[in-house]
Amino acid sequence: MAGRTQVNPTRMELTRLKKKLVTAMRGHKLLKDKRDELMRQFLEKVRENKRLREHVEAGIKAANKNFLLARAGTQDEVLNTALLAPKQKVSLETDTENVMSVEIPKFTFHTRTPDENDIFSYGFSFTSSDLDDAIESLSDIFPDMLKLAESEKACQLMAAEIEKTRRRVNALEHVMIPELQENIKYITMKLDENERSTQIRLMKVKDMMLKEAHGYETI
Amino acid sequence: MYKIAVLGDRDSIYGFAALGLETFPVDTAEEGAKELRKLAERDYAVIYLTEALASQLSEELDRYRESLLPALIPIPGVHGNTGMGIQMVKKSVEQAVGSDIIFNEK
Repeated sequence: MAGRTQVNPTRMELTRLKKKLVTAMRGHKLLKDKRDELMRQFLEKVRENKRLREHVEAGIKAANKNFLLARAGTQDEVLNTALLAPKQKVSLETDTENVMSVEIPKFTFHTRTPDENDIFSYGFSFTSSDLDDAIESLSDIFPDMLKLAESEKACQLMAAEIEKTRRRVNALEHVMIPELQENIKYITMKLDENERSTQIRLMKVKDMMLKEAHGYETI
Repeated sequence: MYKIAVLGDRDSIYGFAALGLETFPVDTAEEGAKELRKLAERDYAVIYLTEALASQLSEELDRYRESLLPALIPIPGVHGNTGMGIQMVKKSVEQAVGSDIIFNEK
């Protein structure tokens, strides 16, 4: 595995790699912490998401039942006219919240008329009360639907971020850091080897010089 | 100021109009995809889709998955709950954790 990436066995390269290793280790630790915290918050959010979704789905199911009744009891034309011109209008204000560097949306809704429950866009004389019930049950569930949208989006965004962070952590842990360590080891060995070879060469030269000058050998 | 849209077959969504949400009835998946793209480009922050439609538009949903807005939220339609909404949540968990640890506990 040594020298998977070609490195120059020099002291300068060694210092550079050592610095890089320190940075990589610190980055790894930080990212790992980020991942753990994100995961904790994500699990909290996703539990809430699940609860909300079950609640909303049950609510919509109930509302649909009512709508079915309303349709059965009313003529299509009457129903269409009744809902033709909605009285209420919902507008949304969005804000972002930063959770561990993930931007998640926050929604607040405003209704056009001051009374939120001002939802019946028809006179009550020609439509069945089932329609009123249906619309009311839908209106009751609406704030939770908005919360669901918020938390579901947050979950999706956080899941993406967690995946990204996890990949970074793994890349550092299993690729970058081992490779750096390998290279550092390789350079140290090479430098040591060079030093030993220089030493031996000097000793040899000394021997040769002594022999030449005095005619004897040390060993 | 953002708005909320509801997308799906007419029977499932007409009630939302009374609440003041904007409804966009579509009949086919292609129509839905076209409408969805149009809505996503305009200022709709939340788009609710019926599960029946959402299951046919999974590519479109994935496209907006990682952008902040709009939030695409599947809701059960008049034909009942297909479990697709929960499936989406599961997908998030799987993406983050690697395996599904929330929904297995039942």
